[in-house]
Amino acid sequence: MSVGAAKIPVVVTEAVEVNSLIKRFRFVREDGGQMPGFSGGAHTVVEMDDAGTRRLNPYSLMSDPGDRSGYEISVRRDDTGRGGSAYMHREVRPGMKMLISPPVNLFGLDLRAKKHLMIAGGIGITPFLAQMAQLDAMGARFELHYAARDRELGAYMPELSARYGDRVHRYYDAEGQAIDLTTLLAGQPLGTHLYVCGPKGMIGWVLKTAADLGWPAGAVHSEEFLAPPVGQPFTVELAVSGKTITVGAAQSLLEAIEAAGVDAPYLCRGGACGQCETHVIACEGEIEHNDHWLTDDQKAGCRHIMPCVSRFKGAKLVLER
Amino acid sequence: MSLDDFFHDETFFGDYTFKNSPRAIKRFPFPFPEDDYMYSVNMEPHVPGRPGSVFEHTFDVDEHYVAEMRDRARVLRDDPLRCQSLPHMTLAGWDLLELIMESFARDYPQWFSLTKSGNQWHWINRPLNIDQKFTFLDESTLPCGPMEYITRQAQGDFTLQDQRNDNLWIEAGMVTTQADWSLDFDIGMSFHEWHAPVPKAHEMGVFDRALKFLLQLQHGAPVRRFNWTMTVDPLLDTSPENYPKWGPGKTTLTKENIGQRQHLRVELQTLFRLPRSNAIAFPIRCYLCSFEDLVTQPKWARRLHRVVRDLPDELATYKGFIRNRPLMVDYLSQFDDGAPTSPGWWPDE
Repeated sequence: MSVGAAKIPVVVTEAVEVNSLIKRFRFVREDGGQMPGFSGGAHTVVEMDDAGTRRLNPYSLMSDPGDRSGYEISVRRDDTGRGGSAYMHREVRPGMKMLISPPVNLFGLDLRAKKHLMIAGGIGITPFLAQMAQLDAMGARFELHYAARDRELGAYMPELSARYGDRVHRYYDAEGQAIDLTTLLAGQPLGTHLYVCGPKGMIGWVLKTAADLGWPAGAVHSEEFLAPPVGQPFTVELAVSGKTITVGAAQSLLEAIEAAGVDAPYLCRGGACGQCETHVIACEGEIEHNDHWLTDDQKAGCRHIMPCVSRFKGAKLVLER
Repeated sequence: MSLDDFFHDETFFGDYTFKNSPRAIKRFPFPFPEDDYMYSVNMEPHVPGRPGSVFEHTFDVDEHYVAEMRDRARVLRDDPLRCQSLPHMTLAGWDLLELIMESFARDYPQWFSLTKSGNQWHWINRPLNIDQKFTFLDESTLPCGPMEYITRQAQGDFTLQDQRNDNLWIEAGMVTTQADWSLDFDIGMSFHEWHAPVPKAHEMGVFDRALKFLLQLQHGAPVRRFNWTMTVDPLLDTSPENYPKWGPGKTTLTKENIGQRQHLRVELQTLFRLPRSNAIAFPIRCYLCSFEDLVTQPKWARRLHRVVRDLPDELATYKGFIRNRPLMVDYLSQFDDGAPTSPGWWPDE
């Protein structure tokens, strides 16, 4: 179960191919009402029924937070993933009814910032689309540096330039262009907040460059949703519910717990929010910690696991669930 | 019933003409579900509750509404710093204004109405004779900032907490009915900083757990809890700023006047995730009930006696009534025959 708020029944009104990898979807409420307001950077968890397999994937809301008539997300198809994005691309079309979660924001703007400096890589552009619309309406100062593989895959680039002019800087890997990050970060006015969303490598590069230049940690914000990785099947004992379950190769531990009819808390399902943290009672083997939540000490201690993204290899794992 | 018949004309200072009607006594949010009391996070979903109770609606508007708003205006005239909002909290103020206006208009259509045409809003507050047209999210169209505007029309104190760096920061508020704490002192503090004066609870890990819970609070899923203390005379503004004016009153309590003058002060605290700002709104609604009114409910009389008698000294000191505890226990013991009390805090029918 997700904490608290009830899921929102929606109808898909648009499923638009943005480029060869990305599709955009628009949802409106089934009852015709308004969507809840949200803050730029928030995501929703989309529930999918993929031929009997229940999939729950988080996607950043990209639409204007001032527009309560509907929500929009963009989904990049991952052909080597577990199938959620492929399902969205293959099966979801206008008229279809779905369930989505109310918005949750783990990548919020710091509204104290004198300037918002945003760095996006590929599909990592989506939370910034909502944030820029919100900041623009508030008259706040922002600047976007957005890198994509090539012109074809640079989703929404022309629209962004048309709307925000020279506040948008575009870079294409294929044309040998790269963000001159050190110069960029060295020259920002006091009170600037830095945000990065994109592939793992890019996030690491930006965080390290900022730290090396002496940026305060509190002024640097990043978001990376992890897709639960595929792996070898493994067996887990759930001590509270008295069940032993097997986690399939393309299934997450959280999904396996849910499939066994055991109610478990979650919010982001991407290793970021901490909601699904579970106590480990016994562990004979190695937990593959894939989350951003637990500290390195906690990961080494084998007393906690984040079942949304983490897996296990070994003889015996017993959880307090 | 006309507006004037429902809303009391009464004062919360000076001659203290505040009085609960029999209906208000019956619906008083008595905060003790058991005969003893210890801190806990004790949060539950803030969902509509029993009809007629203070939980019936998102915000409770009761017979003291008009008088409380007059008292707030009086306190603000004397000390404008009771209302403060740091510059980045304006958006959260709009979120709060929307939440209160929509709730009031939905739950009390006889008193409040809100009509919208895009961002052009029209707000009518009949009990306070207010008719305001304004542009949502445009501060220049209201007589003051959005948080101040709406909290001059809503009972209870309000604070707004910004969320960043895995913490909550108290950075805006309207605080005129507080149990001896100061917004002017606390503004800008983090969650653990502003709770630092509370005894025992830190060691129990209460605040670590509460913060972790609140950081994950979801829009559309508000929660609530109670807090309580004791106040001599029905004074809403028990502020540290004014302690010299009200503190000495505690020394004038006697066996003869305690029933009338000693009040149990209950806060119904609710917490809402705000949509556009991702901040958390914390309304703290204060209810007062005199001991003589409380003991008209036999279950409450028995239980209050036991709670006050057995409370650890640190808590009685922190809550500011250690000095008068013997007098309170003495008075309340007359109404406690030792009989068992039923579980939960609803009065026995």
